[in-house]
Amino acid sequence: MMRAAFILLRRDLLLAFRHRTELVNPLLFFLIVVSLFALSMEPDPRVLATIGPGVIWVAALLAAMLSLDSIFRADFEDGTLEQLMLTPHSAALLALTKVLAHWLVSGLPLMLMSPLLALLMNLPIEALPALLATLAVGTPVLSLIGAIGVALTVALRRSGVLLSLLVLPLYIPVLIFGSSAVGDAAAGIPYSGALLLISALLVLTLTLAPFAIAAALRISLE
Amino acid sequence: MIDSPQAARSLQAHSLSCERGDRELIRDLNLEIKPGKLVLVEGSNGSGKTTLLRTLCGLRTPGAGRITWCGEDIRHFRSEYHAELNYIGHLPGIKDDLSAIENLQIGCQLQTMHADIDLMDVLDKVGLFGFEELPCRTLSAGQRRRVALARLWAIKAPLWILDEPFNAIDKKGVELLLGLLESHINNKGLVVLTTHQHLDIGEGRLQRLNLNEHRAQQA
Amino acid sequence: MWVWFHKLGSPRYFWGFSQKLMPWLIMACCLAFLIGLPWALVFSPADYQQGETVRIMYIHVPAAMMSMMIYVVMASAGAVNLIWRIKLAELVAAASAPIGASFTLLALITGSLWGKPMWGTWWAWDARLTSELILLFLYLGFIALYNAIEDRRSAGRAAAILALVGVVNIPIIHYSVEWWFTLHQGPTTQGMRVGGSIDPSMRYPLFTMMIAFNLFYVMTLIKRTRTLVLQQERNSGWVREMVGSR
Repeated sequence: MMRAAFILLRRDLLLAFRHRTELVNPLLFFLIVVSLFALSMEPDPRVLATIGPGVIWVAALLAAMLSLDSIFRADFEDGTLEQLMLTPHSAALLALTKVLAHWLVSGLPLMLMSPLLALLMNLPIEALPALLATLAVGTPVLSLIGAIGVALTVALRRSGVLLSLLVLPLYIPVLIFGSSAVGDAAAGIPYSGALLLISALLVLTLTLAPFAIAAALRISLE
Repeated sequence: MIDSPQAARSLQAHSLSCERGDRELIRDLNLEIKPGKLVLVEGSNGSGKTTLLRTLCGLRTPGAGRITWCGEDIRHFRSEYHAELNYIGHLPGIKDDLSAIENLQIGCQLQTMHADIDLMDVLDKVGLFGFEELPCRTLSAGQRRRVALARLWAIKAPLWILDEPFNAIDKKGVELLLGLLESHINNKGLVVLTTHQHLDIGEGRLQRLNLNEHRAQQA
Repeated sequence: MWVWFHKLGSPRYFWGFSQKLMPWLIMACCLAFLIGLPWALVFSPADYQQGETVRIMYIHVPAAMMSMMIYVVMASAGAVNLIWRIKLAELVAAASAPIGASFTLLALITGSLWGKPMWGTWWAWDARLTSELILLFLYLGFIALYNAIEDRRSAGRAAAILALVGVVNIPIIHYSVEWWFTLHQGPTTQGMRVGGSIDPSMRYPLFTMMIAFNLFYVMTLIKRTRTLVLQQERNSGWVREMVGSR
């Protein structure tokens, strides 16, 4: 069972590696959105610092969602997805593996790049650990919830806008807890409460989302 | 895996009906496929051949009725059933960015029930000698079809469900595949397939299923 | 019980059953509104703080309640459809979504109208209004997904999964928004709370309105479901027979 997951993980990482130039795109998107926010208002360092946590989190959320769209599409179109569903392994485990592979090549780099954006948004250095920590537990939640939406829409030819309509409302709790934790850290207030709440969300989505993704994929393959 | 003598392995459809959209294509189909038999599914375009095959695989849920493998409903024994199933559909099921050998390796490893044979030999057998290491993107349609079909040599599963397996392959490939089908049936395997190819297999072992006769009544 | 469940689940039985039920429902619903509306909007006392504007509550609160209840009904019907593959459940979920979305919109509009005299602004990002807004997004997502998938049965099951994911999320969203609100706003607008300490002279008309809204939902739901049943069963024998005999 775990061996199959490992093989699939290796396959997805290998495929991502063969397309490594595309991996930069969500990161660039992340960077551009944050710059757009800064450019749309006066570059007063104090203003930037107040809206910074929210802006970075919104940008991370959009980048995560847009990069997710591809997670099942290629497999769906070339028929490897149906072959995967016809292997004797649990579909939920395979779905979880694919989300993990996707997070490793998109969510993790996003998190690693966030300090640069914190610099652009003039966030105090004290907010950095909070930013990294909330993104570390928050982006997997985004990937898992987003994957449900993608699995539901993968059979549709044009699904971009629909996907955001389905997924973004469900992202709101992560956004609220994440940005307020970073904001609190910037103000020097303890932020562990919000961080723990995101962790609780991660545990909840880790247990439930794989089954929802698997069921959604089954429906999309009909 | 289901413990049962080879002879008890049979695929049965019990008053099966298949729908596509809100149209019922097939109604009340009863079917039994025994080891050593090849079922040729025939029917005009749109009669539901692919829909039936996908339903038999468990990819589609039947509108009514049930499908059993060794007497057990496949919905409740999904993983045991899929371990004994080899399905090749319209889509190739191979990754264009992986090479032929990588595709075959991953396919076999994920299926777990693979024979201990050299996969390079298998690719050699299906006529892909010299193309093993190239990304499948650079292969022709027929060659890619051969990569997909190589699963049949590599993965030893008793039940084969094949949707137009002869598509896109040349004369030599057709002969090769026919030979494989024949030896699979001789080894008490089960085959369900659709094709427009003339099948030269002994009539005793060939079972024809014409879907036009099972068409749901529509005004 | 189980037999009855399956029997009611068959579209044909539902058609006959609902036909008999319908006149009674319409009557009960009209009666409830005939009592509730004048009572709430004319005869009930004005609030000592809010004055006459408090009457918006008699529309806003039942609408908000219905918006949440209908989502739960929708998700439950979706679950029934996923587990037992009862076609009628799928249609009930599909028929509920636009009604629920309308109630949510009504709650949002009345909330905003209520907000103007209360806070001096149409929209204050109040915790409960924000939750309602997100609920509206969830409803619209459900409707959009259901309409985007061509195969009706797949559409119903995909939307059911979305509704179930949503129903797990609604309490979390609600809680997170509340948390966010108290963090940023402080308890300045807490005066709007409709708590347990509501005077009986206001409580009873409110209850009547809630009953009226519920009856209205059940009535429209059955009406819409009947239409969907006809549409989906248009090729089956009993519908042809019925239409042919007219």
